[in-house]
Amino acid sequence: MTYIAKPKFHHPALKKNALGFTHRDYEGKISTLCAGCGHDSITASIIEACYELSIEPHRVAKISGIGCSSKTPDYFLGNSHGFNSVHGRMPSVLTGANLANRDLIYLGVSGDGDSASIGFGQFAHSIRRGVNMTYIVENNGVYGLTKGQFSATADRGSKSKKGVLNTDNAIDLVAIALQLGATYVARSFSGDKGQLVPLIKGAIQHQGAAFIDVISPCVAFNNHAGSTKSFDYVREHNDAVNRLDVITGREPITVDYAPGTVQVVEQHDGTRLALRKIDADYDAHDRVGAMAFLARHTAKGQIVTGLLYVDPEAEDLHAHLETVDAPLNSLESDDLCPGSAVLEKINASLR
Amino acid sequence: MPEQKPISSVNDFVVRFANVNGSGSASANELFARAILRHGVPVSPRNIFPSNIQGLPTWYEVRVTEEGHLGARGGVDMMVAMNPQTWDKDVASIEPGGYLFYDSTKPLPSSKFRGDITVIGVPLTAITNSTYSDPRQRQLFKNIIYLGALCALLDMDPKLIEQLIGEQYKGKEKLLSSNVHALHLGRDWALQNLKCPIGLRVKKADKVGDRIFIEGNSAAALGAVYGGATVCAWYPITPSSSLADAFAAHCKRLRHDPKTGKAKYAIVQGEDELASIGIVIGASWNGARAFTATSGPGISLMTEFIGLSYFAEIPAVIMNVQRAGPSTGMPTRTQQCDILACAYASHGDTKHVLLFPEDPAEAFEFAAQAFDLAEHLQTTIFVMLDLDIGMNHRLCRPLKWDDARQFDRGKIMTTEMLEEGRDFGRYLDVDGDGIPYRTYPGTHPTKGSYFTRGTSRDRYARYSEEGPVYADNMQRLVRKFETAQDMVPRPLQANAGKPTKYGVIYFGSTSPAMDEAIGLLEARGHLLDRMRIRAFPFHSSVASFIADHDFVYVVEQNRDSQLRSLIVNENGIDPVRLIPIVHYDGTPITARFIAKSIGDHQDHLKVTPLRKAVS
Repeated sequence: MTYIAKPKFHHPALKKNALGFTHRDYEGKISTLCAGCGHDSITASIIEACYELSIEPHRVAKISGIGCSSKTPDYFLGNSHGFNSVHGRMPSVLTGANLANRDLIYLGVSGDGDSASIGFGQFAHSIRRGVNMTYIVENNGVYGLTKGQFSATADRGSKSKKGVLNTDNAIDLVAIALQLGATYVARSFSGDKGQLVPLIKGAIQHQGAAFIDVISPCVAFNNHAGSTKSFDYVREHNDAVNRLDVITGREPITVDYAPGTVQVVEQHDGTRLALRKIDADYDAHDRVGAMAFLARHTAKGQIVTGLLYVDPEAEDLHAHLETVDAPLNSLESDDLCPGSAVLEKINASLR
Repeated sequence: MPEQKPISSVNDFVVRFANVNGSGSASANELFARAILRHGVPVSPRNIFPSNIQGLPTWYEVRVTEEGHLGARGGVDMMVAMNPQTWDKDVASIEPGGYLFYDSTKPLPSSKFRGDITVIGVPLTAITNSTYSDPRQRQLFKNIIYLGALCALLDMDPKLIEQLIGEQYKGKEKLLSSNVHALHLGRDWALQNLKCPIGLRVKKADKVGDRIFIEGNSAAALGAVYGGATVCAWYPITPSSSLADAFAAHCKRLRHDPKTGKAKYAIVQGEDELASIGIVIGASWNGARAFTATSGPGISLMTEFIGLSYFAEIPAVIMNVQRAGPSTGMPTRTQQCDILACAYASHGDTKHVLLFPEDPAEAFEFAAQAFDLAEHLQTTIFVMLDLDIGMNHRLCRPLKWDDARQFDRGKIMTTEMLEEGRDFGRYLDVDGDGIPYRTYPGTHPTKGSYFTRGTSRDRYARYSEEGPVYADNMQRLVRKFETAQDMVPRPLQANAGKPTKYGVIYFGSTSPAMDEAIGLLEARGHLLDRMRIRAFPFHSSVASFIADHDFVYVVEQNRDSQLRSLIVNENGIDPVRLIPIVHYDGTPITARFIAKSIGDHQDHLKVTPLRKAVS
C-alpha cells in the first residue's frame, strides 16, 4: 500500500550492474495492485530488464493510459519521469514525447481495455508510424478497476467470474501489430519471467516500434475455470516458438547452443539477439509467415508466445520525418527563430 | 420602373465573382484583388465557398475601399456572373444601378435580366474557343480573359496586372506570355466593343503604404515558426487545414539545417483530433514547443486532454479557426462561436487562456506569444481565429520581430539547480504566482523526476485524495489564472470625441466592421466609447470600462452572445447593462449591420421623459 513508506536501505553486498546501480535503483513505489496480480510480475521483469541492460534510470520516460496496468509505471523506475495520461491515449502522448526528445527510451505501458477498446485507434496508428518505443500491453482480458467487465481481448466463449459468456470476437493485438508493420512483435506470459525479461530487453534495444503482448492473469476477476486468461489456462495452452537471449556489448556468444537451433539477429545499432528455436520451422524474420502461423495456432486454441517477428533494419518515425539529430526540445531561439531580416523579406513578398 | 442612374464611384465599390468550385477562377480573382492593391487602393477580398471540391457554387467578393474599410460591406455593385446555377440569385443581389458582367456567347432571354442595372455582355466562351483548343486551357484562360475585360471596364492599368503575372510566373516564360496574351485578348475586346470605363473606376492612390496582404492562417503559422514550435500535430478540418499546410510550407523554407538538410521540426497528421492534442501534450511535457490547429468539432474531441493540460499543468497551444457550429454546422462559414466551449473546456472546474487576434498581423503576434504564455503558465493557450481572418487575404501592417527577443521557457528546474539542492515540488508554489517549477524528463539521475497524472496529488506530485490537499491545488490554479490576467494582451480602448454614457465591446474579426460602424453611428449622432478585448482572462480595465458607462453593447458573431456571458460570469456584472448585438448567419459581420442594430437601440433609448411629455 502506498501509505507505507518503502524502506530505502539495502544489503551492501547487493549486486551492481555496469553502471554501478543495484536492482533497487530500478524499483518504484510499493504496488497498490492485488496480491498475486500478474502485472506485478511484469513490473519485476521490467526492473530486471533495465537493470541487466544497465540503463540509466532517468533516461527512460514511462508513459501509460488509465487502468490497473497503467498504474504500474509508478511501481518501477522511481527515478524516471512517468506520465499516467488519459484512458486509451498513451500512444499519442508517447509519440509526442518521442518527437520532442529522440534521445530517451520510451516505455509505453497499457492494458487490454486501454489499447484494444478505448485506445484501439491510437495503438494502431502509433504502430503504423513506427514510433521508437517499447509498447507493453498487460493483457488480462478484463476490466479490473471497475470490477470484472469483459475487455476486447477476452476470447469468445470465455466465461466471466459472474458466469456470463462472452459472445464478442476477441481482438488479438499481436496479429494487428504484425499486420500494421510493428518491427518487433512478441507475446509472453507474466508467469514466465525467464521468457519475458529477454523479450523486454530486446524490445528496449530495438530501434523501432516494438510491441509485446503479455498475458497477465487478473487474480481478482479473471482467474477462474472458464477463463482463457487464467494462470492454469495460459500454462496449459502456451505454445512458445522460441526463447530469446539478448547479447549486450561486444562479448562473444558463450552460451552453448546445439547447432542449427539458434538464429542470431544483429540489429543495425550493433545489438544482437540470439533466438533459441523451440519450433524448428519458425522463422522470426518472416512477417507474413508469422501472421499465418499465429492464425493457425490461435484457431487450435493455442497461445503462441516468444519473439514472433523482428526486422533488424527497422526505421523509426524520426527517420521518416528526417528530423535533426539533436533533440527538438534542446533547440533554442537562435536555432528556431528565423529573425527580423527574414521577416522583412517575407513582408516584401506579400505586397 | 423609374430610370435608375448607374452607380458612379471611384475606388469605393464591391465586385463579386460568381464561379463554379474547381474551375480555376480563384487565382484570376485573387490577381484582380492584388492588381487593385498595386494601384495603391486598399481591397478586402472574401471567399464565400461551399463544403465541396468541385461543382458547387463559389463566390469571391472584392471590396474596393480607398478609405480602408476592411470589413465586409454587404451589397454588390458589380456582379461577374460566371455560374449559370446561381444566375437568378446573383442578378437579384445587385444594387439598383449596379452592373452585371456575363458571358454573352449564348443569348439569354430578356426575362433573365433586370431593367435597373447595366448589363455588360462579353462573349468569353466564343473568344476562348476561337483561341484555344485544349479544354483545360480554355477553362483557365477564360478567367484571365474576363480579368482583361474588367481591366478595361474599370479603367485599371494593364501594366500593373502584367507585372503581377510576371512575378507569379517568374522563370516560366511560356506560362507568363500566354497569360499576358489572354489578358490583352479580353482587354482589347472590351475596348473595341464596349463603352469603357463604366461608372465604377479604379484610380491610382497612395493608400496601401507598406501594408502586406496575407491570410490569417498563414500568418498564424508563421507566428508558430517564429515562436519556436517544433512539433505540430493536426487533423484535417475546414477552416484550419490551411494553417497546418502553411506551417509545413514555412518550415520547409525556414527550418532545415543548412548543413545536413534535416528538419528542425516534426509534423504529424494525426488519426484524429484526440491523437493530435495527445501528441502536442506529450511533446510539451517533454519540453518541446508544440501546437495543433483545429476548429469547433476538433475542440469538442480534445476537451478531455485540455482538462489534463489544465490540471496536470502541461503547456499546449491550440489554434482554433472557428466556423459556424454546433455539430458539423456550416463548415465553410464564419462565426465566433467557441468562446465558452474553449474558456471552460473539459469536465470539472477549468478555465483557459484565450487570445483574440483581429487580423493576420495580430494572428502572427499572438501565435508566437502563445508559446511563451503556454510555457510560462504551463497550461493550454487558445489562439481564437475564425474563418474570416484565417481563410481570406487581409491587408494588414507588416509583421515585426524583435531580434533581442528570447523564448520564455517558464520555470524550469535544471540539472544545476537540482545539484545545488533546490527543493523541487512539481506543484509547489514558491513565488506566490501560482506557477510551480517543472523538470524535463531525463534531467538528473536521482533528483527531479516526478509522476505526471490527471488524478489529484500533493505539492510534491504524490497521489492524494485528501480534501484539503485537493482544494489547495485548485486554489493555486486560481492564483495562476490571476497571474495570467496581467500577462495576456490588454484590451485596447478608443474613446469618442466627447464624453458618452455608452460603450461598445467587441473582439477578433469584428474589428474592421466595428471601426467603420463607429463612423456611421457618429453620422447618426450616436457617440460610443469602444473597447476591443484581446484576451481572456479579462484585464481589470474591462470591468472599469463597463462601470464607466450606463450601457455597453457587446458585439459578437454567435447567437448566444457568448463573450457577454463570459464577462457577466467572470466579473459579476449586471447582465442588463450589457446589450447583446449578435450576427450569426455565417457571413462576416458588416458595419451596416452593427450601425443599424446599435443605432436603432440608441434611438429607442432616446424616448422623451414622461414628465416632459405631459407638461
